[in-house]
Amino acid sequence: MNLLTVSGSPHVYTEESVSKIMYGVVLSLIPAALVSFYFFGLAAILVTLTAVVSCMFFEFIIQKYLIKGPITIFDGSAIITGVLLAFIVPASLPLWMVVIGSLVSIGMAKMTFGGLGKNIFNPALVGRVFLMISFPVEMNMYPKPTAFSTQLTDIVTGPTPLAVMKEGVAQGEKVSDIIPEIPEYVNLLMGNMGGSVGEISAIAILLGGIYMLIKKYITWEIPTAYLGSVFVLAGALWLIDPEYYVDPLFHMVTGGLMLGAIYMATDMVTSPMSRWGMIVYGIGCGFLTLVIRIFGAYPEGVAFAILIMNAFVPLINRGFKPKRFGEEVKNG
Amino acid sequence: MKTFKLGGVHPPENKLSQNAAIKVLPVPETVTIPISQHLGVPAKPVVAKGDKVKAGQLIAKGEAFISANVHSSVSGTVQKIDEVTETSGYRKKAIIIKVEGDEWEEGIDLSTDLIKSITLSPQEIVNRVNEKGIVGMGGATFPSHVKLMVPQGKKAEFLIINGVECEPYLTSDHRLMLEKTEEMLVGIQIQMKALGVDKAIIGIENNKPDAIEHVGEFLSDYPGITVEPLKVKYPQGGEKQLIKALLNREVPSGKLPIEVGCVVHNVGTSLAVYEAVQKNKPLLERVVTVTGLNVKEPSNFMVRIGTPVANLIEAAGGLPENTGKIVNGGPMMGKALNDINAPVTKGTSGILLFPEKEAHRRPVHNCIRCGRCANICPMGLEPYLLAVLAANKKFEDCEYEKIMDCIECGSCLYICPSGRPLLDQIRIGKNETGKLIRARHK
Repeated sequence: MNLLTVSGSPHVYTEESVSKIMYGVVLSLIPAALVSFYFFGLAAILVTLTAVVSCMFFEFIIQKYLIKGPITIFDGSAIITGVLLAFIVPASLPLWMVVIGSLVSIGMAKMTFGGLGKNIFNPALVGRVFLMISFPVEMNMYPKPTAFSTQLTDIVTGPTPLAVMKEGVAQGEKVSDIIPEIPEYVNLLMGNMGGSVGEISAIAILLGGIYMLIKKYITWEIPTAYLGSVFVLAGALWLIDPEYYVDPLFHMVTGGLMLGAIYMATDMVTSPMSRWGMIVYGIGCGFLTLVIRIFGAYPEGVAFAILIMNAFVPLINRGFKPKRFGEEVKNG
Repeated sequence: MKTFKLGGVHPPENKLSQNAAIKVLPVPETVTIPISQHLGVPAKPVVAKGDKVKAGQLIAKGEAFISANVHSSVSGTVQKIDEVTETSGYRKKAIIIKVEGDEWEEGIDLSTDLIKSITLSPQEIVNRVNEKGIVGMGGATFPSHVKLMVPQGKKAEFLIINGVECEPYLTSDHRLMLEKTEEMLVGIQIQMKALGVDKAIIGIENNKPDAIEHVGEFLSDYPGITVEPLKVKYPQGGEKQLIKALLNREVPSGKLPIEVGCVVHNVGTSLAVYEAVQKNKPLLERVVTVTGLNVKEPSNFMVRIGTPVANLIEAAGGLPENTGKIVNGGPMMGKALNDINAPVTKGTSGILLFPEKEAHRRPVHNCIRCGRCANICPMGLEPYLLAVLAANKKFEDCEYEKIMDCIECGSCLYICPSGRPLLDQIRIGKNETGKLIRARHK
């Protein structure tokens, strides 16, 4: 007879694993990807593929030749970083810049800290911010959506609705005069607007978010706190002066807010652990996003807001503990 | 339907043996009876090599307050008193008896007649329970007489009877509730009398609807006892979780259930109390589930204490060829055996067999900080943090983060998608933190 195996309890384990979770998240990104492939065509497909392949490539190179450790490029996390990085850059971005962004995401933001699970900042967002600062021109030209485009050069580009709004308000125009210049809200919701590859369709992203919620890859706290605080704060400002501050719905469906709130802020590695910690973190993200959008230099603040809040996560984890059993005695 | 609020997991239930009626296992050729089958001080042997003993005879005496008597489960000759590997995996002193016939001590009522009237006084009940070596039969094996004495200044309001059996696979309590219903109910009344309470609640998870219904049918004869169906969730059988589920009372950190007016006993213990008080019978046999996905006939056996585990497996259709792990207890909290001949003890609720391919831990990956362990911890702890603190020997921090509240239910290690050895590290941390705390009190 074989020898018996002896190990500590428990002796049964969940079916879930890191790579199952990661591929589940990739799966949930498909609706958003399809919408962006529809509106931005071949260019969006190429940017996404380039980002995914180069993220996996750089992770492989670093693990094989620098760390000389196990190769984990198929655990799905590099794929997610690649897809998310592609989703937050313009489809018209030159592919070599996408490759550089991937190197920064994987090399600087992830592997430097020790690989999956050890990074403090969301890798895809670090990549985007690096590109934004290094290539401000290319990172601020957003292609106009056209169905099934196979065009790769001379793409018609223009500012995002958020940029139009910010520019208009800065020049003293009234919000009601600017609104006609941007697509209607139905189009904004569907994704028919200028923007980064995968951030345009609020509906598709929400669909993916619901899937992740059901699969328990994310919990409700962060997206709700994030979106809720943006809505409430923007709503308050709008009530004060609707001709200077645009209505909250506009903030909800434009820019990277949906993608940020559902996919970036909820990144399990870089977000808090306890329920109240998550809520505080979500509100912080919402507050900073709006502050940057309205008072900052950039029209969009999601990336900076989440990265700033990422830095606070260790502190939040320290300050907001889960409710311990038997901590406060309630008898009844 | 009620359940506890904080955390919890849902491992596959796999109650394969729930319809297998309890069968009496034949008396083995030799029994190995450890002198420490309970929490607390080991009992002291009162027999010597060569002594003739009868079933039910005292063979080791529990002399400390938290200790328990040990009785012979068979009649025969004491072969030797030696160290053996017990089901817990530790080497422990045991009395090994060669079986000859099946002769019982005088004064033990072996008939199956139900005796309902309780003649003993509360103090006599406690003494009898102590004398007959009754311990908690859910697995923790805490001496029962200690729990039947309410400490000065405290008052017991409820007797909680644990019929939850939240461990997957195990069905011994389930079968006992179906087949020894009235004995168990009288046992509960005896404990109510000892504690001076007039309310007892039997908590049963709703994956045992037949038990909930069957026990319910007898309740009109047993005033003060109620049955409460509970929504299935592990670890509902933990006493703090069970009290929370039934009464919405939270036992404060570091305190016992009596703090919120409760005493918790298992259904198996209630049967043992009945037999001790009404039949004068010591705790010398118990119901054991033998199960596993590859086991031919998953069964429930009435087994004499000290019977080798191998005999039980043989009676359940033999050892499946590809067996890689044998667990004493349930899959969540049971201990892996390193010897198939280890004896059944007072705390053995089940023998669980795993095939070779399910016998191993999963590969360990980096913690991805998903927070699942903190979400499902029924004590509201942060297992990922405790594991890191313990691994880095930061035991002061472990104490601050309430490591001593951990009930070692195993939910964190079960749920971790990275397969990290969370509970292993927390156990080490608890051990060291406990030393730290005790040193401070000296």
